[in-house]
Amino acid sequence: MVRSLVEVKNLVKHFPIRGGVFLKEIASVKAVDDVSLTIGEGETLGLVGESGCGKTTLGRLILRLEEPSSGEVFFQGKNILLLDKEQMRSLRKDMQIIFQDPFSSLNPRKTVSHIVGEPLLVHGLRSRREREERVLELLRVVGLRREHMRRYPHQFSGGQRQRIGVARALALHPKLMICDEAVSALDVSIQAQVLNLLKDLQEEFGLTYLFISHDLAVVEHVSDRLAVMYLGKIVELAESFQIYQSPLHPYTQALLSASPIPDPAFRRDRIILKGDVPSPIDPPSGCRFHTRCLYAEDICTQKEPQLREARENHLTACHFAGSVGVH
Amino acid sequence: MTSLSPSKKSPEDRHPFVDQLERLWRNKTAVAGMIVIAIFIFTALLAPLLSPHDPVDTALYDQLKPPIWSAEGRSENLLGTDDLGRDILSRLIYGARVSLLVAVVTVGIGVLVGSLLGAISGYYKGFLDNIIMRFMDILLAFPHILLAIVIMAYMGPGLRNAMIAIGIIYIPRFARIVRASVLEEYEKDYVAAAKAIGAKDWRIIFVAILPNCLAPLIVQTTLGFASAILDAAALGFLGLGAQPPTPEWGAMIAMGRSHILRAWWVMTFPGIAILLAVLGFNLFGDGLRDALDPRLTD
Repeated sequence: MVRSLVEVKNLVKHFPIRGGVFLKEIASVKAVDDVSLTIGEGETLGLVGESGCGKTTLGRLILRLEEPSSGEVFFQGKNILLLDKEQMRSLRKDMQIIFQDPFSSLNPRKTVSHIVGEPLLVHGLRSRREREERVLELLRVVGLRREHMRRYPHQFSGGQRQRIGVARALALHPKLMICDEAVSALDVSIQAQVLNLLKDLQEEFGLTYLFISHDLAVVEHVSDRLAVMYLGKIVELAESFQIYQSPLHPYTQALLSASPIPDPAFRRDRIILKGDVPSPIDPPSGCRFHTRCLYAEDICTQKEPQLREARENHLTACHFAGSVGVH
Repeated sequence: MTSLSPSKKSPEDRHPFVDQLERLWRNKTAVAGMIVIAIFIFTALLAPLLSPHDPVDTALYDQLKPPIWSAEGRSENLLGTDDLGRDILSRLIYGARVSLLVAVVTVGIGVLVGSLLGAISGYYKGFLDNIIMRFMDILLAFPHILLAIVIMAYMGPGLRNAMIAIGIIYIPRFARIVRASVLEEYEKDYVAAAKAIGAKDWRIIFVAILPNCLAPLIVQTTLGFASAILDAAALGFLGLGAQPPTPEWGAMIAMGRSHILRAWWVMTFPGIAILLAVLGFNLFGDGLRDALDPRLTD
């Protein structure tokens, strides 16, 4: 396997819920609960799961935009959680993020030139002229033109704004790029454009992507490996073709059966999950999926399954991995 | 419907500021307020050219002369004279200077200190926020004129101290407004983006967030001018603000109070001046609120 760029070990993030007169912690939202994974240099790791399963929080934790409750994040072998503010600031050059909402991720009061040039300014490129040149180059890379520089975000379409966001993220030549639902807010035709742009950029700059999405078709298109999250935990992690061909976890199987296939003649058995995602404030005992699982047995309510190698290079957290469901 | 000529910019292409100015211009009461404010500022700046007499020049034989339109009125003193024979119109014109100075300085103190505290509070949250905002709550818990009097009692009377006192009591209202907007803006992704590029805290607060909090701040500043003029007049009336012979509207009313039955004009005209100035700023402030932030409209 290639060298790992990011290594996440037992990462936990609980958001406290405070109440009462003295604002005591009365409960917590277990957004990310004991997640471990690695992202290899130059690869694209897809991260899928329903809304509210902790995908976005995981992405932000890796960038240290949020402080984890416990666990470790290694970037190029260094534990970034031990870095002080100043060291962290200079490390941010290497890790960037593209946001889901192209409307709130760009400051409405700044011109494109300012937005894309700010990372350069922050990291010491003082000369305005050099900055503008770099901005121009970046805009060209993402397919925008010179006359766009002086405009404000509200003058662009969603796809164009997302390109501005990509240009900003690229400005510092990062190694890791977290794409947090980067194309979910866009029309399908624009999605394809931006996805292809991201792929081209990966080849050109040797980027590593953590590609967070709820859209299985999009993730299949871009990722080398795939992690499936459910209620703050990773339930399955493998090469993406393995997961698409033979998912082991019942949750993944249900997810895949729900994703549409562009062939009207094709009929398949859909697995319909019952109920809603349980609350992350009070997750179910044992296996978190047991409340909705078709194959749940007694052990699932009592013992939490560990993420284990059920097949070669195919990790899954299910007691009955490989023996239940569609194969 | 969409028969816009090609030369005209599409609505999406215009800066929101243009729309806001248009909305403001269509609001007739706001325009009226703007005119009053313009006259007020114009008068204050050009006081030496406009006033017919020296505002502190006493004339012992011309005490309490009525305005020109009454039977005993004289053309030298259009609005009459006070009990020391000073020309009321000239004192009103110079009084506009004092009021404008007070308004700018006090609101300036309030906006600068208040925005700083509010922004820090809203950005860092937690313990610091609690300390700052509880202190602001304490300031707000006092009736504000009473608090100003307490501060004046400590520092001594005088226009400069009055401005400081009123400035201090204006800090909390600006701090609260800025804090609320910063809290709202903080959740937006562009703030996370600024963090992700490694921007320092001061840059995130002052370069990224604060420019997006300007709309409510501008509105509150305009309304603040109105109450600053009113509060300065109140302190002047109580004898704590501008000291004689400075022509200050509140102090003029206080002086005229004892002659109200014999010479109504001595305290009526400064009263009208205060009313107009405060009304002007309030109307304009309300119009600004409607124009800048349609969500806030009642």
